[in-house]
Amino acid sequence: MTQTQASPEEAGPAGQHLLEVRDLEVEFRMRMGTVKASDRVSYHVDAGETLAIVGESGSGKTVSAQAIMGIIDTPPGFVTGGEILYRGRDLLKMDERSRRKIRGENVSMIFQDALTALNPVFTVGWQIAEMFRKHRGTSKSMAKLRAVELLEMVGIPSAKQRVDAYPHEFSGGMRQRAMIAMALALDPDVLIADEPTTALDVTVQAQIMDLLARLREDLGMGLILITHDLGVVAEVADRVSVMYAGRIVENADAADLYPRPGHPYTKGLMESLARPDDKGGRLRPIQGSPPDLLHRPSGCSFHPRCRYAQPLCTEEDPPLIDIGEGRSSACHFAREILDE
Amino acid sequence: MTDETLTERQRELERLREHELPPTEHDDELPSPTARAAKPASLWSDAWKELRKKPIFLISAALILLMIVMAIAPQLFTSIDPFAPGTCTLGNSLGTPSAENWFGYDLQGCDYYSRTIYGARTSVSMGIVVMLFASIIAVTLGSIAGYYGGWIDAIIARLADIWFAIPIILAGIVFLNALGERGFWQVALVLIVFGWPTMLRLMRSSVLSVKEADFVQAARALGASDFRIITRHILPNGITPVIVYGTISVGVVIAAEATLSFLGVGLQLPAISWGLMISTAQNRILTAPHLLFFPGIFLSVTVFSFILMGDALRDALDPKLR
Repeated sequence: MTQTQASPEEAGPAGQHLLEVRDLEVEFRMRMGTVKASDRVSYHVDAGETLAIVGESGSGKTVSAQAIMGIIDTPPGFVTGGEILYRGRDLLKMDERSRRKIRGENVSMIFQDALTALNPVFTVGWQIAEMFRKHRGTSKSMAKLRAVELLEMVGIPSAKQRVDAYPHEFSGGMRQRAMIAMALALDPDVLIADEPTTALDVTVQAQIMDLLARLREDLGMGLILITHDLGVVAEVADRVSVMYAGRIVENADAADLYPRPGHPYTKGLMESLARPDDKGGRLRPIQGSPPDLLHRPSGCSFHPRCRYAQPLCTEEDPPLIDIGEGRSSACHFAREILDE
Repeated sequence: MTDETLTERQRELERLREHELPPTEHDDELPSPTARAAKPASLWSDAWKELRKKPIFLISAALILLMIVMAIAPQLFTSIDPFAPGTCTLGNSLGTPSAENWFGYDLQGCDYYSRTIYGARTSVSMGIVVMLFASIIAVTLGSIAGYYGGWIDAIIARLADIWFAIPIILAGIVFLNALGERGFWQVALVLIVFGWPTMLRLMRSSVLSVKEADFVQAARALGASDFRIITRHILPNGITPVIVYGTISVGVVIAAEATLSFLGVGLQLPAISWGLMISTAQNRILTAPHLLFFPGIFLSVTVFSFILMGDALRDALDPKLR
């Protein structure tokens, strides 16, 4: 794990991000109709930073990650537009072989439920060692040694013995650690973590987040953290993109977002969060439920649930506009919300 | 409060699911290495532990083993080689079982015991050969159809449906009747060609369900090729029903071979097979019932053992039935 990241020729020209998603459009074509699960989604991540993508279930946050990895089930899912640039190269224009090389080697992913994300019929060590054997041609015994090293790196105690255990013999936290070890086996530059702590106990959640933060720092990789947990975001994220109904509705630095959300939806999310300093007060959940993407509301998708909604909101879909300090928001009244 | 009880309950459930021991062990704490150093349990080792305790499995395994040994080395059971010239004495024709000759003699005055023993070879190898080839076809095509879906799946599945619609015995009668020479491989071929569709359907549906598993997606996200995903992730997790059905089908194939031979479209003399022996015996059921009885018993016991074995495997390999 001492391998240095960015060698000279790898460092792209100025302004080029490590991984950038530009105007990504993903559709799911189903019998009931076509759903746009990702609508003009753009974000980027650079080495050593954490981008959090926040949203409710069904907001399309996982879909964009799946599009990056190229694991959208086609049909019904289709990437219909946009670019996914890894070091300036568009993944969507690559053939399947070169794309597969990028997966795991350059961009890797961990999943919500590590129990189901690990193959139940092979030992954890075998599954990690497999990464070395198949991608690097490492010998069997060397690969196993590397697997033990990786398990140690992600903090699994007595890794030498555990390497021969099956996934179901691990506890939830250890499984997620093993999954992380597997995802990091080939030293990727970008790690996408799709709700990595949702299936875990709160105490273990914190341990896993610490681990991810530490690894990001040590390995200098870019981390895309997909989550619905704003608490988690506050701790580890540098920047946050908030998604709603397949769109990014707000981008901001994590430090700026919390005190002053710039979109009514973000504001609603913040308010529905329990805070220790607000003891005894009532939580204010966002009214209503996420829209049925088959029957998207007219204008701004959020207007039926928005307390600030005006007639304009039912007619015109607000574009994502710059609201200063490197922030952007897709709300007609973003500035007012920000200043409120 | 309710929240706490809920998470408590979830943890409880998770422990149950994982067969984990009670709460003392915190999630990432180090459990005593001795407890964990015990042999790792996989699906198969669990199944084996389960099977060892089952009398049904032990009995069927012993019988199958006996039949296989009989098929490989019939000399161990009888000193008479029924294929050697001059072993049959017409004077013994239709001789009934006696103390020194338990199974009696057939029409040609051949020793019936040695013939029955040698018959195991044809029947058992027919069962195993047909099962092996049919499952290779079924597993390959089933995985491809289930994994890729779309038009590939449509073609393979429809093809299987067409074969599936033709009853194996009817197909056997029609095709074998058309062939002049009917030896082991001709019969095997017909049984293979018409035997794979059921297994293919099993394999395909099993692949369809495993394909959705998160670990398949995870493997793909970590750069595994289609071939690796199928061989390392989908097959090991989805092949159980085919193994179970395959075991049962060995018995079914043995019975089918016997049926075809009985109907006169299977193996031909001088081959020795239980089905053929039963077929020759049919005209003398009343006068020489032992000619029917002994191959019949061997046949039923073998078929029965494979079916029992399949049942035992299914129970042991299906965690839900535990």
